[in-house]
Amino acid sequence: MTESSTALCAQGAAINKTLITGVIGSDTHIVGNRILSIALEKAGFKVIALGALTPAADFVKAAIETAADAILVSSLYGLGELDCRGFREQCIEAGLDDILLYVGGNLVVGKRSWEETERTFLGMGFDRAFPPGTRTDAVVDALNRDFAARSAPTPSA
Amino acid sequence: MSAALLIDFGSTYTKLRAVDLGARRILATAQGPSTVTSDITIGLDLALAALAAKLGHLPTFAHRLASSSAAGGLRMVTIGLVKELTAEAARQAALGAGAKLVGAFAYRLTAADIGSIETLAPDIILLAGGTDGGNAEVVRHNGKRLAASGLQCPIIVACNRDVAEEVVEGLTSAAKNAVLTRNVMPAFGVLEIAPAREAIREVFIARIVHAKGIDRAAAQVDAVLMPTPAAVMEGARLLSEGTERHSGLGDLLVVDIGGATTDVHSVAVGAPRRDGVVQYGLPEPFVKRTVEGDLGMRHNARAIVQAASSSAFAVRAGLTEAELEAMLDAIEDNVERLPTSPHEVALDEALAWTAVRIAVGRHAGTSEIVQTVQGPVTMQRGKDLSGVTTVIGTGGPLAHGATPASVLKAALADATDPFSLRPVRPALYIDADYLLYAGGLLSAIDPDAAFEIARASLRPLEEREADEPRSQIA
Repeated sequence: MTESSTALCAQGAAINKTLITGVIGSDTHIVGNRILSIALEKAGFKVIALGALTPAADFVKAAIETAADAILVSSLYGLGELDCRGFREQCIEAGLDDILLYVGGNLVVGKRSWEETERTFLGMGFDRAFPPGTRTDAVVDALNRDFAARSAPTPSA
Repeated sequence: MSAALLIDFGSTYTKLRAVDLGARRILATAQGPSTVTSDITIGLDLALAALAAKLGHLPTFAHRLASSSAAGGLRMVTIGLVKELTAEAARQAALGAGAKLVGAFAYRLTAADIGSIETLAPDIILLAGGTDGGNAEVVRHNGKRLAASGLQCPIIVACNRDVAEEVVEGLTSAAKNAVLTRNVMPAFGVLEIAPAREAIREVFIARIVHAKGIDRAAAQVDAVLMPTPAAVMEGARLLSEGTERHSGLGDLLVVDIGGATTDVHSVAVGAPRRDGVVQYGLPEPFVKRTVEGDLGMRHNARAIVQAASSSAFAVRAGLTEAELEAMLDAIEDNVERLPTSPHEVALDEALAWTAVRIAVGRHAGTSEIVQTVQGPVTMQRGKDLSGVTTVIGTGGPLAHGATPASVLKAALADATDPFSLRPVRPALYIDADYLLYAGGLLSAIDPDAAFEIARASLRPLEEREADEPRSQIA
């Protein structure tokens, strides 16, 4: 596949894709999440922005009702690991087994390396984790690639 | 003189209000028994005879409009996807249409759920599920379940628009009466219940009125417009919003205590009144109705006592627990019993006070303080009714009780429950002639006359009366 056809394919992935965004737990930091939501909308996604102070269960309920394709969880206050515990399991329980899950922000407090933090969150069932300072383009790009990969026919098929 | 007749076909009484539209005044009130189970016209004729006796003769009525809560009211079942989202939106739409909610279902209907709905035998089913472009699979499944069921009642489809037509076709081809309307939640967190409410009202007029035998009175009535709770809601909305000529009363709350339920209506946006308060959960309708099926002065007297804890209740009523028990047994034996002794009056007042207290508590929003890393944040769920300026009491126990002011004060904010967002300093009124429903019916024909007549029927409860204990429970 040429570079331009990959880009075209990735662009097409945004069409009809619904994303849930929000800041999880008792966390009021809304600005970064809002910027991300605007960037995602500009990239062609349908965004359901739940805003700050959103319990994990509300992400799941919104995803069920809107048949969302991905949930993007922000956490900025260091308690992300606690708030996101069991998130994938809640999705599975609600019948959203294969929903794409991203998490990003200041996910943990203390001196943990990013690699270790990323491992922790991937281990919890998130498909991708993003460190502080991630550009919105990087998220859009990751979504496009993940959706394109999912819609591509599997080799065995 | 241009006269109008407003009829409420109730479950116990057929109530009449005759009004003079030109002079903007009530001519007379009368009532007869409710005879919907045999022939609804018998009770209506008796009520009309009583009205004629009061007026000397029956005037020629330019309008004869009715509402009905007879034959069990408008019994509805609602179905949605997520309990707190489209299932809740469907509930709000049904309540807003004046229905009596007999069942509310969420997620995929099972065979057992269908069995329950068949047993409930509702008059109308409201089927929701999925935002527009959202989940389609669950409402499709639920539509198929309903199509395969033995249910014969009309089904109003107010779901994800992507599949709404398909669901309606599936139901229609299974010989069900299906009606398509707009989604109750077209986008996440957006409540759009007016189209569904209108569809319910149309089905009510076109089919339910006939199914319940209310149209036997067709010769004496121009139209049965809506279920009585919807008429009360319309009356409340009219008083709050006013007309082109009359400025309304602003944000208001109506408490309607009945024998089987206690209804609360609020007409208010209810947005947070302080800066920095975070609103949480589904937005609530501007005109919101809640029905407390466990809080009725007669059919559920014991449930009211239990909700308040019976020992605390006995103290409020000035009774011993044994006396209370005996009196509750007496009420259960005869639900039409009216209080005669001072003890019975005290019991009724305590029942009414408790019903109002609990019902308004469930209707009003709540606030909660959440500790965050940035400090405490106040979160509000539901409507903030603390700024409501008018509280109106309606229904027998308030209109005929000895101490309506102290009963109605149970609706107000107090220090024992600081997180309940109830009215703080409203003016208190009683709907003395039971004219709210009449105002609601009349508002479609002549809103100015409807407003003036309903407004004039509001009797202010003096502060003095409110502060003066007149019974053991005040």
